[in-house]
This record gives sequence, structure tokens and C-alpha cells, in this order.
Amino acid sequence: MENASILIIVVSAILVNNFVLSRFLGICPFLGVSKQVETAFGMGMAVTFVMTLAGIITYFVWHALLVPLHLEFLKTIAFILVIASLVQFVEIVLQKISPTLYSALGVFLPLITTNCAVLGLALLNIQYDFNLVQTIVHSIAAAVGFSLAIVLFAGIREKLVVSDVPTPFEGFPIALVTASLMAIAFLGFSGLV
Amino acid sequence: MKLKNLTNGLFKENPVFFQMLGMCPTLAVTTSAENGMGMGLATTAVLVLANVAISMMRNIIPSKIRIPAFIVVIATFVTIVGMVMEGYVPALFSSLGLFIPLIVVNCVILGRAEAFAFKNGVMDSTLDGIGMGLGFTLALTVLGAVREVFGAGEIFGMSLFGDKFEPALIMILPPGAFLALGLILAGINVYRARKAKNVTLEKAA
Repeated sequence: MENASILIIVVSAILVNNFVLSRFLGICPFLGVSKQVETAFGMGMAVTFVMTLAGIITYFVWHALLVPLHLEFLKTIAFILVIASLVQFVEIVLQKISPTLYSALGVFLPLITTNCAVLGLALLNIQYDFNLVQTIVHSIAAAVGFSLAIVLFAGIREKLVVSDVPTPFEGFPIALVTASLMAIAFLGFSGLV
Repeated sequence: MKLKNLTNGLFKENPVFFQMLGMCPTLAVTTSAENGMGMGLATTAVLVLANVAISMMRNIIPSKIRIPAFIVVIATFVTIVGMVMEGYVPALFSSLGLFIPLIVVNCVILGRAEAFAFKNGVMDSTLDGIGMGLGFTLALTVLGAVREVFGAGEIFGMSLFGDKFEPALIMILPPGAFLALGLILAGINVYRARKAKNVTLEKAA
């Protein structure tokens, strides 16, 4: 994975190792905010925004701060603090600069702090030893993969509401079975990379 | 000090089966009963330690910045537990991999800190941490066992059915996680519906 080309990183992060359906990162928002395509899309955009920024910032925190000071073991604490303050910062800035965007993404932002996809991405970037370009590409691609999964899933769930589901399966169980079928579909991409 | 705090988390308010919290590790690491149990116990350790620490500091932490404070406390304990696991159970540590540091963002832990430890005494918070943690462990072990039995024909690494059994590999792969949890939840719904029906029948009789 060290010398992976840009294209391989993109295809791998979006389709083969999809963050939600094969890595199981970001399951909470995936199940929680996927009742309507519109909100799912909003969540996807908010996550894309935060994940890209978080990927870049944690890259610098790791290479400019933690590694030179030999504090690698503090990475979990450092990254979660960076992500939490980043989310807060983005929220404040968006509110000032673009109220329209804020009203669209605002409700999703606080939820993102505890979205494991963001912290997972920061840790994966380090694990794969990506350089800055690869980090940015991987962050964006991973977020696109997340958005793709959540929007598709929301589309199916909108149909599920009006379909006849056996009583014990109503609600979460049928959603999980649906997610399982989607994951099977995504398994089909596994030969691509 | 109430014993109810201990038993609540195990069944009635089980974090996975009834509250739908902590879904990421639940689905990701339950490829075998052993992994599920290991993850559950690691989470329990962090949960108990974080509950105790936060409960002790509940009068010092200003409520406006409580969430960042909780996260720092939790992240500290996750780092410690991660180091201990790397030292003493390296095989389990490497098979759980990324999901050890991700205990930080497990909503069960932050949820208990916010909903319980910040408002209750140290002893009650300890019991709540143990109960919720064991409930989480129970759920992960059950899910891991189901996936292992169907996906590999084994339980805790012991072969169950002999050579004739063709394991359904899909249960070990990512789709199996969603499928197994969906079916377990549906099963619980059936059980609860039956129980509720019995209660109403008894009342009517």
C-alpha cells in the first residue's frame, strides 16, 4: 500500500474497502440519519468536509509534532482533540461565513465528533504511511465512499417504509438485512484492486 | 448503591440490543466469539475506569466543557488499555487492530459518562460501568459466536460439526455482520412480542 498510485487509492477507498460496508466505520450515522435521501446527502456532505480537513490537519499533527517529539503513543488523544475542536471550529466559521450552508449541515456537525469514520481515517492514513497528496486523496475518497453508501441506503429505506415487512423485522432489523445485501453487492468489487 | 444499576445494562437496557449504541465495533470485530469477547472486555475496562474517574470529578468539571473533558479522560484510558493489551495479549491486540483506539468514539462510553457518571456517585457509577460493559461484552460474544458457528463451524476455536459441515463463509465476511445482527434483533422482537402477549392474556384471565 506504501507506493499505491492515486487511482488505486481512490477505487479502493470508495468501492473495495468502502468505509461503511466493509470497514464498519461510521455505522452510527449510517443507521441513524438514513431515513431520507435529503438528510443522508446533508450528512454525507458534512462528513466529506470534516474528513478532508481532519485528514490534512492530523497529517501535520503527526509528522510535525508527534513524530519529532517521540510522542507517537499520544496519537489517540491528540487526534480526537484535533477532531473535536475542528468540528467546533467549522461550526462557528460556517455560521458566520455561510448561513445557508450552516443551516443545511449544522445539525449534523456535532454528531461528527463521535463518528468513528473521522478518527479511523486519521489512524488509517498513518498506518498506510501516506504522503500528503495520498492523504488528501484518501481522505476525500473515503468520505465519498461514505456518502455513496449512506445515500444509496437512504434511497432503499425510503422504499422500505411503504413496503410490507414482517412485524418482527420492522425498523432496525430490516435495515440491517438491507445493509447486508448492499455489503454483498460491494463485495463484488473486491477483485478490482 | 443499588444493585439495579448493575443488572440494568445486562439485559433490560443492553447497549447493543436495545439502545443501538456502539455499532461500529459490534459489527466489525465479531468475526469470532473470542474477538467479540476480547473487544467487549477491553471496552468494559475503559468504561468502568472512565465512569469512576468522571464520577469523582463531576463536581470539578464545569458543565459547559464537559464533553471535551469526557473525551480526554476516555482517550487517556483507551491509550492505557491499548498499551496493556499490546504487552500482554499481542495476538488479540493485532486482530482487533484499528478498533482499539476507536474505543474512544464508542458512543456507549460517552453516553454513560453523560447520562450516568456525571450525575451519580462513585460506587453507583462503577456498578453501572460494569453492568453496561458486561452487557456490551455479552452482545458481542453472542454475535461473534453466531457468526463463528455458521461461518466457520467452530466456537471459541473448537470445531463443532466435523468435516462434513460446509461453513457459510459469508457470515465471517462483512455482510454476515449486518445479517446476523438483523436476524438476532428480529428474534428478540419475536420473543418480546410473545412475552407481551402472555402478559396481556394473563391479565385478561
